[in-house]
Amino acid sequence: MMIPACRLADLPRGEATRLDIDPPVSVFHTDEGELFAIDDTCTHQDASLADGWLEGCEVECPLHASKFDLRTGAVDAPPAKLPVRTHEVAVEDGMIYVRLSTDAPNLPPCVAARLAGGPA
Amino acid sequence: MRTVAVVGASLAGLSAARSLRKQGYDGRLVVVGDELHRPYDRPPLSKEFLAGTLGEADLALETDDEELGVEWLLGARATGLDRTERAVRLADGRALRADGIVIATGAAARGLPGSEGLAGVHTLRTLDDARALRDELAAGGRLVVIGGGFIGAEVASTAYALGLDVTVVEVASTPLAGPLGETMGAVVSGLHTDHGVRLLCGVGVKGLGGERKVDAVLLEDGRSLPADIVVVGVGARPCVEWLEGSGVALDNGVKCGADGRTSLAGVVAVGDCANWYDPRAGAHRRVEHWTGALERPAAAVATLLAGGAVEPGTPRPPYFWSDQYGVRIQFAGHAAGADSVTVEQGAVDDRDVLAVYRRAGQPVAVLGMNQPRLFTRWRKQLATA
Ligand SMILES: Cc1cc2nc3c(=O)[nH]c(=O)nc-3n(C[C@H](O)[C@H](O)[C@H](O)COP(=O)(O)OP(=O)(O)OC[C@H]3O[C@@H](n4cnc5c(N)ncnc54)[C@H](O)[C@@H]3O)c2cc1C
Ligand code: FES
Repeated sequence: MMIPACRLADLPRGEATRLDIDPPVSVFHTDEGELFAIDDTCTHQDASLADGWLEGCEVECPLHASKFDLRTGAVDAPPAKLPVRTHEVAVEDGMIYVRLSTDAPNLPPCVAARLAGGPA
Repeated sequence: MRTVAVVGASLAGLSAARSLRKQGYDGRLVVVGDELHRPYDRPPLSKEFLAGTLGEADLALETDDEELGVEWLLGARATGLDRTERAVRLADGRALRADGIVIATGAAARGLPGSEGLAGVHTLRTLDDARALRDELAAGGRLVVIGGGFIGAEVASTAYALGLDVTVVEVASTPLAGPLGETMGAVVSGLHTDHGVRLLCGVGVKGLGGERKVDAVLLEDGRSLPADIVVVGVGARPCVEWLEGSGVALDNGVKCGADGRTSLAGVVAVGDCANWYDPRAGAHRRVEHWTGALERPAAAVATLLAGGAVEPGTPRPPYFWSDQYGVRIQFAGHAAGADSVTVEQGAVDDRDVLAVYRRAGQPVAVLGMNQPRLFTRWRKQLATA
């Protein structure tokens, strides 16, 4: 599924934008001008990676410092242990689109429980 | 270098082992730890683990597929470092010879003199401490927390959510004034009273009441607070006694450079036990925060492997978080030395705040309560300032 994110002109380098879908997805525009989309929720706890610290092709979780590689979703260090899903990005007529991955997301235990309707 | 010994098997020690392998060290790697557990995460011990929402397996810091090629010497306490033999002496009499040594022995909770052997009195530093406290909190009752610092505040918050009757006693007039300054210390510690947790400030503890089991906390002003459980959260001291006489310079922990180098060649120090030189502050600092214990070993290991021949980069400003009463507190930088604090976003009464500390107009620290996005921007700005 292709989802429109925002206009490329509205996403400056070094910034991220969050798509409020379920689970949320974020698009990052790196300082070098590349675009990447990953699941927005950290795999450790309920934190938004779009709020994080972007450096090169990595985003550092705003809470506990695990870093995720925007290209592969891989995580570098604890406390997060699982990678985030990556999604394909396309730009057409100045508009950024995200093609959602069909893999299962790695949501943190508290969020997974909430989505399953269980206790948070 | 054929053998490297890492002493201390927690976050900083594991992070050093990882950095060694990542930076190409392929020799023998021994990690010594006096606890029996493989490296586990401490922050949840006062939060989710204590509340019962995270189990022991969730605390593991290693991932399932991690292959570090480490020899783990667990349940082994280091008792000395022999500079001529280049060896770490262990409590059981063994000596571990090593070409490079990483000191990562962290810190230990301070207790209350005279409370030894009294049931119901706890400190909180290790998994075993947390298990014992969790089991006791489950029975409910009146909890008195001695010390309104971060650990004390988190225990109070967790116990309050579990339904206990909680009182916090703090000897200073404002809790957290050390790390956060008076103004914001008052705002953050206001979370206690917001929730009906009693906060007594400006009064010291004289002793504890009870024969075999604690039944009261006796205050210096003569009051007596009835208590079923007492948590002593009065700070931690660096675990460096084992280095006395070794030639490693000690001063509030292991005195070391920005890159962890100590006074002995081939020996570096990382994590809560390291009192490292912070060029931003122009002084040595011992920072007891998770993120530093995770990140700083990379530089220390680079120094060790290069035989001290690398120039240390400027470390990022210290950062920590705390979760209390459902509020996410984040702080970066040094509040000491700031001459102003301004609220840039939110309102202190709502406990929704982004506050910036400045010195001569320059930002030197930032505090966020439930403001992760703005906080991250300011933190980044601090790092490049
Ligand atoms: C309850 C709790 C909650 C916390 N919450 C937060 C938080 O919310 N945010 C934050 O930023 N930080 C938090 N921290 C701080 C953070 O956990 C520490 O900064 C971090 O654990 C430091 O790691 P370390 O490896 O340097 O030391 P430690 O974790 O103290 O590990 C040192 C290890 O060395 C071992 N050791 C000591 N002496 C010897 C010896 N002689 N021989 C062999 N082994 C030895 C110890 O047993 C221990 O296992 C918290 C700490 C605690 C205790
Ligand atoms: S929430 Fe992301 S590392 Fe903890």
